[in-house]
Amino acid sequence: MAQYLILIYEDESQYATASPEVMGEIMEAHNKFAADVETHGAKLLGGNALQSTGTATSIRGGSEVTDGPFVETKEVLGGYYLVDAPDLDAALAVGKLCPARFGGVEVRPIMTFE
Amino acid sequence: MSAEDAAAVAAAVADAHRREWAFVLAATVRVTRDLDDAEECAQEAFATALTDWRSTGIPARPGAWLTTAARRRALNVVRHRGVEHRNLPLLVEEDAVPGPEDLLDDGAAELPDDRLRLIVTCCHPALDRPAQVALTLRLMCGLSTADVARAFLVSEPTMAARITRAKKKIAVARIPYRVPPAAELPERIDAVLTVVHLLFTTGHTTPSGESLVRRDLVERSVELCRMLRRLLPGDPSVAGLLALLLLTDARRETRTGADGRLLLMAEQDRSRWDHAAIAEGAALVREALRTRPPGRYALQAAIAAVHAESPSWNDTDWREIAALYGLLGQLWPSPVVALNRAVAIGFACGADVGLAALDALTGEPQLAGYGYLPAARADFLRRLGRVGEARAAYAEALELTGNAVERDFLTARLQELGPGS
Repeated sequence: MAQYLILIYEDESQYATASPEVMGEIMEAHNKFAADVETHGAKLLGGNALQSTGTATSIRGGSEVTDGPFVETKEVLGGYYLVDAPDLDAALAVGKLCPARFGGVEVRPIMTFE
Repeated sequence: MSAEDAAAVAAAVADAHRREWAFVLAATVRVTRDLDDAEECAQEAFATALTDWRSTGIPARPGAWLTTAARRRALNVVRHRGVEHRNLPLLVEEDAVPGPEDLLDDGAAELPDDRLRLIVTCCHPALDRPAQVALTLRLMCGLSTADVARAFLVSEPTMAARITRAKKKIAVARIPYRVPPAAELPERIDAVLTVVHLLFTTGHTTPSGESLVRRDLVERSVELCRMLRRLLPGDPSVAGLLALLLLTDARRETRTGADGRLLLMAEQDRSRWDHAAIAEGAALVREALRTRPPGRYALQAAIAAVHAESPSWNDTDWREIAALYGLLGQLWPSPVVALNRAVAIGFACGADVGLAALDALTGEPQLAGYGYLPAARADFLRRLGRVGEARAAYAEALELTGNAVERDFLTARLQELGPGS
């Protein structure tokens, strides 16, 4: 098994304007995702949603502090899951299950050190 | 040993390289679980054959000899490998396959045919298309990085970096070395066929350069498709693509004149088409079309078959061709298919009807910059005697093609129209 991080990139302005019904659907989708991961031979190790980029603070070169995310993009990192999967095919299958209705996800293998 | 023997051995090794490289490499990957190590072992096996076969004679089954030699080396590499090499083993799915050591000393019947594993790994959807194409040429066809670079008109360091990155991703992201489960197989085979088709079209009409056909790419893509046909004999999409390649390539020798000038299908000497390839392709089309709905390669092959089996240009069944393009466009909508359908309608119903159908496509953003649209318009305008407009359309088409042979053709047509007013 190997670990992969599923990074969720979405247009956060859509969350700001989403109705309570839509937010409810999204919460439900994430709960269902957590339950479905194991059907692909994978295991959910953890995950979090992040506060909006309006709350982010960046530090460059170890000292220069700026208000905002490190890179300004339309679709921003808004959350992640850490999964254990036998191979990339399984990790991608999990990535396809992952809710991200206002964007998409990136699947990255975790580096291991001997 | 005489010099003839050396030459005969060299020819046998070269032949085996062409026929057996993918088999040898694919079976060796299973032992090394590392693409670079496997390539090295396979290359060494071919190098050893050059000397060994001079004393032992050329074996009856060169592929089995080479595979056994490569796998024996691979086993040595694995035994003496340091811990640092075990960090990122390629994932070989052990589907009830005996361990590598059990396989080595048995007969060739025991050698695994892992070529399907290797080609679906090369064309894995997590790799971008240029990487898929590069890996396929390098690992399946055994081309050197320099040759792959030349085929795609990029520098050797660029191609080397592309191949290295792709191999690293396969290892680090753990792309599994296996034949995908049945549910995923059609999608994965489709990606493989897309790469094979791309190799063929790149070779068939090179996007730029002096020669119309890059024969090595065409031949490699046909060989790959034949290999897929043997590995997946019941797959209609493979049959459809092989039919398309054979029927299209059957015209190869007649596509340019003795002077290198581009010859349109109307001008080609049909007696010099490859009739054995046409017969084989036509039989494959019929087989592929038995599956409903028909695949896109099968439909394109059916169109090529109508041309190939027509006794002359004037006898071409343009209504059938327009209908087939119509079906193709319904199942896989594409502006290029719509363009070809419009041209077929023009031949079936008259230049004015064809021109109207083409003009309906001029706003299509995907056709902006596509030289065949103004070239087709120019041809219908010329037939209708609208010389000024035809001249402008030929000039526009000239702006859009980088292929020297196609440029010469368009320039000649432009000159035939006489000087502008």
